[in-house]
Amino acid sequence: MPGITREEVAHLARLSRLELKPEELDHFAEQLDVIIGAVARVSEVAGQDVPPTSHPLPLTNVMRADEVRPSLTAEQALSGAPAAEDQRFRVPQILGED
Amino acid sequence: MTEPIRTPIIKWGAAETAGAIAKGEVSAVEVAQAHLDRIDAVDKKVNAFLHVDTEGALAAARAVDEKRAKGEELGPLAGVPLALKDVFTTKGVPTTCGSKMLEGWIPPYDATLTTRLKDAGVVILGKTNMDEFAMGSSTENSAYGPTGNPWDLTRIPGGSGGGSAAALAAFEAPLAIGTDTGGSIRQPGAVTGTVGVKPTYGSVSRYGLVAFSSSLDQGGPCARSVLDAALLHEAIAGHDPLDSTSIDAPVPAVVEAARMRDVRGMRIGVVKEFSGEGYQAGVMQRFDESVELLRELGAEVVEVSCPSFTLALPAYYLIAPSECSSNLARFDAMRYGLRVGDDGSRSAEEVTALTREAGFGDEVKRRIILGTYALSSGYYDAYYGSAQKVRTLISRDFDAAFAGVDVLVSPTTPTTAFPIGERADDPMAMYLADLCTIPSNLAGNAAMSLPVGLAPEDNLPVGLQIIAPAMADDRLYRVGGAVEAALNDKWGHTLLEEAPAL
Repeated sequence: MPGITREEVAHLARLSRLELKPEELDHFAEQLDVIIGAVARVSEVAGQDVPPTSHPLPLTNVMRADEVRPSLTAEQALSGAPAAEDQRFRVPQILGED
Repeated sequence: MTEPIRTPIIKWGAAETAGAIAKGEVSAVEVAQAHLDRIDAVDKKVNAFLHVDTEGALAAARAVDEKRAKGEELGPLAGVPLALKDVFTTKGVPTTCGSKMLEGWIPPYDATLTTRLKDAGVVILGKTNMDEFAMGSSTENSAYGPTGNPWDLTRIPGGSGGGSAAALAAFEAPLAIGTDTGGSIRQPGAVTGTVGVKPTYGSVSRYGLVAFSSSLDQGGPCARSVLDAALLHEAIAGHDPLDSTSIDAPVPAVVEAARMRDVRGMRIGVVKEFSGEGYQAGVMQRFDESVELLRELGAEVVEVSCPSFTLALPAYYLIAPSECSSNLARFDAMRYGLRVGDDGSRSAEEVTALTREAGFGDEVKRRIILGTYALSSGYYDAYYGSAQKVRTLISRDFDAAFAGVDVLVSPTTPTTAFPIGERADDPMAMYLADLCTIPSNLAGNAAMSLPVGLAPEDNLPVGLQIIAPAMADDRLYRVGGAVEAALNDKWGHTLLEEAPAL
């Protein structure tokens, strides 16, 4: 089962919004193949009847008091924006050409 | 009347520094200036700092001096300088996480940890170098160049918190803050001859800590002594309503434990799985001597088997990348950070992909892809699902072990500091540096690394790892304090005294 192809890496990069260069695809495909081969050992326990742990603390529905607190001003929130206009984040066109 | 001869200010520990300031023997401004001068003198070689906040540090020091002049009571760390890992937000001071993605970003808010440090009168000198977004074991993955290990500048200082550990070992700061997701506090501590503690998961707030792997990330103290680490631990730990995973319970009495220096009657387990092939001879020699020392100090030592620990590394390299692939989705070039390719013709999605290509380094890209793979339908059960089962098995191994012993011990990392470049493009070799530290992150318990000598073959520091159950962090300090005191007695000085002058 282990192993990953260059095509799969290209697909995953697209899903991850990473515009990888061809030489990066070659290099990462080779390295990820080795890494996946090593981490695949976890499937040794796949058949065991063991509950999964997603988090070390068994906490659910953590609440805090519903009190008004100071928050960032619009100016502060926009202070790191690559582009801003009219007190809003300015973004590139959402729909592409195709 | 002659002045008593004192070592230079930069060699003082945190407790000693705070005491001298409180007594008026030295001002907080003088202490801050001495460290800023030291940074100025050596950091071109070490590269521990990404940003030095001279003005902010001097202003904080002046505030401590004014408080003292007014006769107000000072806290146990008031006026003590600290190096802060560049992964915690600092209002008005750049925060990069070692990434081009956040170059020049000035956060509009402080992390809770930053606020606690400021409230304690701690003087934040600046932000330290790190592997990009805390992914790495050598600090070579920083977009701003590697940090040198003060013991040998051609070698790695560990990672991801190599800058924080190197700042301590280079006497640029007596205290530092790290974060530990798979060993990023403890492994740098081990290879630089300093003390590093990963507190129980949830005991130090993650609010304002830029997330890598949320179920594993934990901030913690770094220092040159066990007591100093305990003082810092006490200052930063405790419940925070802004972090929903924060533990709402009293912080264990770590300072008191650090001062006990007594392990008589304690039961200590040696983890059988952490030895053998891949472990450097000098590391095992110093580790075995430490175990013998604990026995001499009156502890009962037994061997303990934790069979699932051999699956910890593979499980970690599925869980951490999976969480990272989700957490780092926030870097989309829209609200903050880098944006490239926005020429009016490209869509938001294209700009995001071009920006992430330009802004992230290789290791971050590898982990995002690996995580996206592990979470894909078709692979999820075999990989991510199995890794989560391993996590349960590891916690069960710890529970079984702690039923019979108070703490577990192992080497912190299998080797001493390796040369810069040696593992830089060999991810699997790099990952092995965290072999012994990862189980504690997966289980969420507490662990410490402290220096126990130099490996005879290369004269580089070796770390002893101590692991305690969740919320029993005080046991780390009890054992660590006793080992440190016994070793310093034997050597006649601290290990760092043997480091070469920079």
